[in-house]
Amino acid sequence: MSKVRVLVGTRKGAFTLTADGKRDQWEVAGPFFAGWEVYHMKGSPVNPDRIYASQTSGWFGQIIQRSDDGGKTWTAPGGGQQKSPQGWPMGESNRFVYDTSDTSGAPLTTHQWYDGTQHPWEFKRVWHIEPSLTDADAVYAGIEDAALFHSKDGGHSWQELSGLRGHGTGPNWQPGAGGMCLHTIVLDPKDPNRIYIAISAAGAFRSDDGGASWKPINKGLRSQFLPDQDAEVGHCVHHIAMNPKRPGVLFMQKHWDVMRSDDAGDNWREVSGNLPTDFGFAIDIHSHEPETIYVAPIKSDSEHYPLDGKLQVWRSRTGGNDWEAMTSGLPQANCYVNVLRDAMAVDTLDECGVYFGTTGGQVYVSPDAGDTWKPIVRDLPPVLSVEVQTLP
Amino acid sequence: MIRVELPFHLRTLAQVSGEVQVEVAAPVTLRRVLDALEEQYPVLCGTIRDHDTKQRRPFLRFFAHQQDISHDSPDDPLPGEVASGKEPLLVIGAIAGGSR
Repeated sequence: MSKVRVLVGTRKGAFTLTADGKRDQWEVAGPFFAGWEVYHMKGSPVNPDRIYASQTSGWFGQIIQRSDDGGKTWTAPGGGQQKSPQGWPMGESNRFVYDTSDTSGAPLTTHQWYDGTQHPWEFKRVWHIEPSLTDADAVYAGIEDAALFHSKDGGHSWQELSGLRGHGTGPNWQPGAGGMCLHTIVLDPKDPNRIYIAISAAGAFRSDDGGASWKPINKGLRSQFLPDQDAEVGHCVHHIAMNPKRPGVLFMQKHWDVMRSDDAGDNWREVSGNLPTDFGFAIDIHSHEPETIYVAPIKSDSEHYPLDGKLQVWRSRTGGNDWEAMTSGLPQANCYVNVLRDAMAVDTLDECGVYFGTTGGQVYVSPDAGDTWKPIVRDLPPVLSVEVQTLP
Repeated sequence: MIRVELPFHLRTLAQVSGEVQVEVAAPVTLRRVLDALEEQYPVLCGTIRDHDTKQRRPFLRFFAHQQDISHDSPDDPLPGEVASGKEPLLVIGAIAGGSR
């Protein structure tokens, strides 16, 4: 019988939640990396027992952890007793250095700061990890300040794909409230050279050459805070979702507005429809029904909690515009949590399961595509990310 | 042998308990101790000082023989009590950022 493993990153460590295909009885393991922020964990589609985790701390910096046994044990892949040819310790797994070399790099310029002045790029942390769809040793990392890195050796060492940071619009990028983070990486399963990323608050970008060069894909986005409504960059994209069976169609939760693109991001149109508020962070798509979309509406950019204290997932079965509230099993009074951008996921079981985590420490599951919900856990630290693996 | 006392999270990361000991040739300086520490425990690279600039991370402090040496030159000789192994070099995580 199939089973699922939910990977949960929190403010104070990581957890794994496992259940069989009924998704009724859950086994909770953790905390791993206790006391550290775990921004994201994700397993390799090629080898699900290989899981990468971003462990980070304002005190001690960035650590990349890797498990090769499904999350039971972890190692920092570049942290062993190994030395460079010069005899120096490696510690490469944690080393994210912007590539400014003449050969493959881009100059380390400045970006826009909160007060409108220019500010130098500074590495802070890894927000998102995206393992390759075809190679368990290959993995991408989205970082703050915004840049894209990749590793071809299982996380031992990391190199920047500097064409993104070197895009000429860089000086117009600005940090969102959470920092200038590259938080979304979407890989096209039908075209290995096509990569989508999103940055707060620069917008969405696409590469069609494996990450060497990038183009902004923000046409149709409208951001009231921008003086130029048709600005090429500067939009606060919160998350992008793609159903791998239909990679040309993208859905986006922007700061405000839920958006849809039917041409790989070249053009976007709003599909917020009857949502009670179209502010939010998380968005995902049913595994088997590419027109079934899930969002977790949040009251506003000033009040990051559900409208009227009612935690609701809204589902559209028409690819947007027509939405219905999914409330069964979710608190409908006095609930003031947030659902962060990487904290929603879907499994691929026959009856698609939907999962999301909250800043109140709850992780909810719906084993019936959103109709009913129940908490898997109620009292974890604030949840930063949720991913799910469907296992044989 | 030079004794080094690490903060809890770095002991966990390096998978050690209690103090660690590193061998450092004279003259014993902070830079040499940290070089030896990172060589012995490569996972600590970048956690105490920047990977490349070797600057101290902002929320860490170094104490030797009851003195805060965080702002001293990393090439200054450490106090004899630390250089002789009588007392440990303390790497301390600042008490800050209580909101999380």
